[in-house]
Amino acid sequence: MPIVKILSEFFGNEQARDLQWRLKHGGYEAARKAFREMQPDEVTQEVIKANLRGLGGAGFPTGRKWTFVPKDSDKPTYLAVNCDEAEPGTFKDRYIVEWDPHRLIEGIIICSYAVAIHTAYVYIRGEYVRPYERLQKAIDEAYEAGILGKNVLGNNFQLDVFTHRGAGAYICGEETGLLESLEGKKGWPRLKPPFPALVGAFGCPTVINNVETLSHLPKIIEKGGQWFADLGVERSGGTRLFALSGCVNKPGVYELPAGTPFRELIYEHGGGILDGKELKAIIPGGTSAAVLSADQVDLPMDFDTLAKVKSMAGSGAVIIMDEDVCMVKALHNIQNFFAHESCGQCTPCREGTSWVYRILSRIVEGKGSPSDVETLRGLNQNMSGTSICALCEGASMALGSFLEKFGDEFDYYAKYGRSYVEDARKGAVAV
Amino acid sequence: MSSSFEFTSENQKKFQEILKRYPTKRAAMLPAMHMAQAQHGFIPPEAEEYIAGLLDVPIIDVREVLSFYSLFLQEAKGKHHIKVCGSLSCWLRGSGEIREYLLEKLGVDEGELTEDGKFSWETVPDCLGACELAPMLQVDGYFEGCLTREKIDEIVKERT
Ligand SMILES: Cc1cc2nc3c(=O)[nH]c(=O)nc-3n(C[C@H](O)[C@H](O)[C@H](O)COP(=O)(O)O)c2cc1C
Ligand code: SF4
Ligand code: FES
Repeated sequence: MPIVKILSEFFGNEQARDLQWRLKHGGYEAARKAFREMQPDEVTQEVIKANLRGLGGAGFPTGRKWTFVPKDSDKPTYLAVNCDEAEPGTFKDRYIVEWDPHRLIEGIIICSYAVAIHTAYVYIRGEYVRPYERLQKAIDEAYEAGILGKNVLGNNFQLDVFTHRGAGAYICGEETGLLESLEGKKGWPRLKPPFPALVGAFGCPTVINNVETLSHLPKIIEKGGQWFADLGVERSGGTRLFALSGCVNKPGVYELPAGTPFRELIYEHGGGILDGKELKAIIPGGTSAAVLSADQVDLPMDFDTLAKVKSMAGSGAVIIMDEDVCMVKALHNIQNFFAHESCGQCTPCREGTSWVYRILSRIVEGKGSPSDVETLRGLNQNMSGTSICALCEGASMALGSFLEKFGDEFDYYAKYGRSYVEDARKGAVAV
Repeated sequence: MSSSFEFTSENQKKFQEILKRYPTKRAAMLPAMHMAQAQHGFIPPEAEEYIAGLLDVPIIDVREVLSFYSLFLQEAKGKHHIKVCGSLSCWLRGSGEIREYLLEKLGVDEGELTEDGKFSWETVPDCLGACELAPMLQVDGYFEGCLTREKIDEIVKERT
């Protein structure tokens, strides 16, 4: 498969965030084409044909989601752009916003035209200071050039794009937590239904899409949905950005077709495992995704394949662990995050995540007992499918998969008070 | 410290512009807090009262938001506050050693101020969104990564 760069075409190019340069290199041509040659519905149909899936984590088909917005509402429709990017291991939206913010703005225009939206909010995590500055500058330039505002690109179409900065809460990446936060409240996710397409921001119909999802739109309009679909696999079109990190030689963002196997990402693009060590485990889509073992390295990284092995492609964040990583300590780290970030409104999540973290802390400190591992297994069964949002499900998926695939390490640590991996390295495994 | 809080006149103008972005006043809550914090270094009780007044909401609503979001501070930190990323990818690349070295270098525990008031530091359990730079930290809002002892020496020296 030839290398196709859609989103990452200008990564690393300092000039690309400048509007004038970008206009000379295809910037806003696709949006112009949409206004000139296509009806709004045709834009949506093209996106459906492209098999574009939501790249924020859930993989919902993008064009289909837009069709849920009522056409006859007397209320305005809003677009909320999700740039909260806080799933551990994820940093791909940051690349788009820092290197090619005009691609995102063009995507926002195309989506807004398709769905008849006149106000878009980009919700960007508070820790992203430089990305925010770059995005805001690009938006300001676009207003000055008449690309945004009263007459978008000279058309009889108004669109305002505003940034809205978050303030350090992972849960505001969950779409309804995001809406609450946008409305000036704490980011407590809402019960669904009603879905945001009907009742979203300020009680109005709202489309919520991830930065990367929207940034794909210009090329889809330029080259056609079929072209995009053909790059991917059966039900997942195009390329996506994989954020590779952990024990690899060349961590970074790599744009690859949706169905690329892990092996290619890790060994061809990522330069292989650090210090020539052996691969031990892969987290395929942010720490909410079930961990995979080294023998699953030839799986393709698309949504449907990973769902079949009870994990998920999630946010495309691929975290690599080598043979020397203690899986008990790794899970302890992950569960610290979930316990800290649970918003606290559902009991199984609030109590479950902090209980799991406390038990793991006890084990890691050498004060555990074999029954602790059983307690963890039991807790896990009470954490899935019982809460308002998917945070709890993510914490549970991580917990369950670590226990299933690396259970021996947990039993050993709980029994002897020491890490199996560290003992093995010292040649001192207890028998 | 004075017992009242007000936006500077420039910030008041900015705030009026921000209000126009949203169909409700309350939606300007986070922007107002960001602005108050940028102006004052943290959000004192007087600022909560002031923001409640601007947005026409009870103070308790401001409180609730303030305590929910970890980036909003209720007390002053060091002039340069360092956040070490403690999440998975940074941990895999040695954030533990970075923490040990910072403790040694700054000579204060997490959450405390150095004697000259210039530095404070903490480890956060959240991934800061720059794992390709692991191990990394954030200081004065910006990311510094691929940390080594030498790099930390530089970061501290530049700000001393
Ligand atoms: C706990 C939690 C955190 C999430 N964080 C993000 C995030 O940071 N960015 C994002 O785009 N989606 C995030 N999502 C997914 C969103 O809820 C939503 O599915 C997505 O923004 C929709 O856009 P898409 O269809 O373009 O992916 C999160 C979901 C959950 C449950
Ligand atoms: S599942 Fe957890 S994070 Fe999600 S709404 Fe419930 S308590 Fe909050
Ligand atoms: S784990 Fe440290 S930046 Fe992501």
